[in-house]
Amino acid sequence: MIAARALTKVFHDRKRGEIRAVDGLSFDVAPGRIYGLLGANGAGKTTALRLLATLLRPTTGSATVAGFDVATQPQQVRARVGFLAASTALYGRLTVREMIRYFGRLHGLAEPVLALRLAQLADELELHEFLDRRCDKLSTGMKQRTSIARTLIHDPEVMIFDEPTLGLDVMAARAVVRFVRGCRDRGKTVIYSTHVMAEAQKVCDTIGIIHRGGLAAEGSLAELQARYGETELEEIFVRAVGLEAEPRAM
Amino acid sequence: MFWSNVWTVYLKELRDSLRDRRAVISMFVVPTLVMPLLLVVVGTITAKVVRQAQSEASAVALVGGEDSPGVVAALRADPRLRVVTAEADFRRMVAEKRARVAVEFPAGFEAAVAAGEPATVTLHHYEGEMKSGFGVGELERFFRELRERTVAERLARRGLPPELVRPFAIERRNAAPLEKVGGNLVGGIVPYVIILLCFTGAMYPAIDLTAGEKERGTMETLLCSPVDRTALVVGKFLTVLTASLATMACTLGSMTVCILGGGALLLGPAAGARGAPALALDPLGIVGVFVMVLPVAVLFAAVLLAVALFAKNHKEAQTYVSPLVAVIVLPAMMGMLPGVELNAKLALVPILNLTLACKEMLSGVWHWPQLTLIFVSTAVYAAAALGVAVALFKRESVLFRA
Repeated sequence: MIAARALTKVFHDRKRGEIRAVDGLSFDVAPGRIYGLLGANGAGKTTALRLLATLLRPTTGSATVAGFDVATQPQQVRARVGFLAASTALYGRLTVREMIRYFGRLHGLAEPVLALRLAQLADELELHEFLDRRCDKLSTGMKQRTSIARTLIHDPEVMIFDEPTLGLDVMAARAVVRFVRGCRDRGKTVIYSTHVMAEAQKVCDTIGIIHRGGLAAEGSLAELQARYGETELEEIFVRAVGLEAEPRAM
Repeated sequence: MFWSNVWTVYLKELRDSLRDRRAVISMFVVPTLVMPLLLVVVGTITAKVVRQAQSEASAVALVGGEDSPGVVAALRADPRLRVVTAEADFRRMVAEKRARVAVEFPAGFEAAVAAGEPATVTLHHYEGEMKSGFGVGELERFFRELRERTVAERLARRGLPPELVRPFAIERRNAAPLEKVGGNLVGGIVPYVIILLCFTGAMYPAIDLTAGEKERGTMETLLCSPVDRTALVVGKFLTVLTASLATMACTLGSMTVCILGGGALLLGPAAGARGAPALALDPLGIVGVFVMVLPVAVLFAAVLLAVALFAKNHKEAQTYVSPLVAVIVLPAMMGMLPGVELNAKLALVPILNLTLACKEMLSGVWHWPQLTLIFVSTAVYAAAALGVAVALFKRESVLFRA
């Protein structure tokens, strides 16, 4: 379960002054659901997800993840979250096995549990072939599967994906999308950020359109289509962020 | 749990570093092989060049002296001198190193000496040039002997004993134990080299484990783990410290072998001139150096970690860290200056205090109160630096600098 309330993050930049990267963001994500944060580059998606993953502290507002407050209980939150982003890379000089085991240990898993989880993940994600290969020798797809295994080693309740298909080829991207759906099917709370409309349309149960740090629109695809009178998510997005005419009266 | 996490981070970082060729080179190869090899090669070449310059007969140009055939003949007969034809511009000959020294005789030199009148021979040499210095030395020896012979003849003519002008003799003997001599000779340079390598050994891992991680995107991955930030810093800090100590141990080991085994080779004529095995270091002093360098290594590791952590990438970190080499070299060099001795005030100046203490320990001198003060003060500085590194690691403006 994720609940964000008026979540705000302000950065101070010498040249640009005050930057409100996330501005009063509120939303809820229930277990077994995928919430899509859809926004253009610089809309505040990554900052919002970093706040939920406790990598950043909110300036104002609050959020609870798996029942723990992100500001006051960051370690408890991190213990229950799997965070996967384009910016979360692998240690190139470690093998896939070492990488996954390292994060298992950091999550406090005992050796027998860790061995079992590693075997399960290697089966599920088909890692066996390159389990003892160094991460810097892997293809992009292999790296992404290893990253997924790293986020799942402690079997988190909440999964946070920040543009997980960025830079992947079609097949690797499809595999990631399949995996995200698998997380939902296993009852995990999933939040998924993307700027690719088709991906959001395909993956998310609820879509939150984020613009200039705030939520411009929210609902299921059907609800958004009905509200904006458009079938294409791209059209809905453009209208929601106010770049074109207001939605028709319902 | 805290120390278990520190241990996990430490083991991973150590494994990661040992697989990094650049880290291995800076940790092991440079201090074990390159530095001693460089010292031996430079020492051997220097010793050879100096010995050759010393053994060669010095080329001297004689200016005037046509009316002093006796002195000129004696100069020509001296095996340590080689008389060359003087040109009109004899100073230029010396400046162009075609003669080591030009000897200018005044007119009627021999006659003046025979008559007991004052006369001055001028030696034109090249100030600061080693070979010219050797030539001047040989000529001064020659004329000193000539003067002594002249004095002895004059005294004999008057029936007076030579002791009249030489009432007593002066003899120089070394009173210091050999290890003190060795300590003084190399006591300044050893800590200087150790401090420098201790720092450079920690430099690369400190950058790689902080700015390098940011650049590669693994820092964010690591920060996703539920481990307390302090445990992450301490784990990384211990890795940097290990690298620094490994560098120091390798340096100390190879330097000890070099100095004890090939000290005479390194110091060349300096050791040879004393005839005896001039270099013998107090073994306990070497242990003392190792112990005293420990808090300095901790200080270096913590400072480097804090500075490199602030940088966005490897390149920026190098820009911040490189000037620090000068900051540590200056006090280390000051400790090598003559007359700078360890006292209570200097015992509080980091790095300089270590250089001075090492010089004394290697000479077998143990000032326990000052050594304790140095150890404790450096440990306090190191703890403060580590505190800064931990505080920086908790600041998102540092971790996510755009």
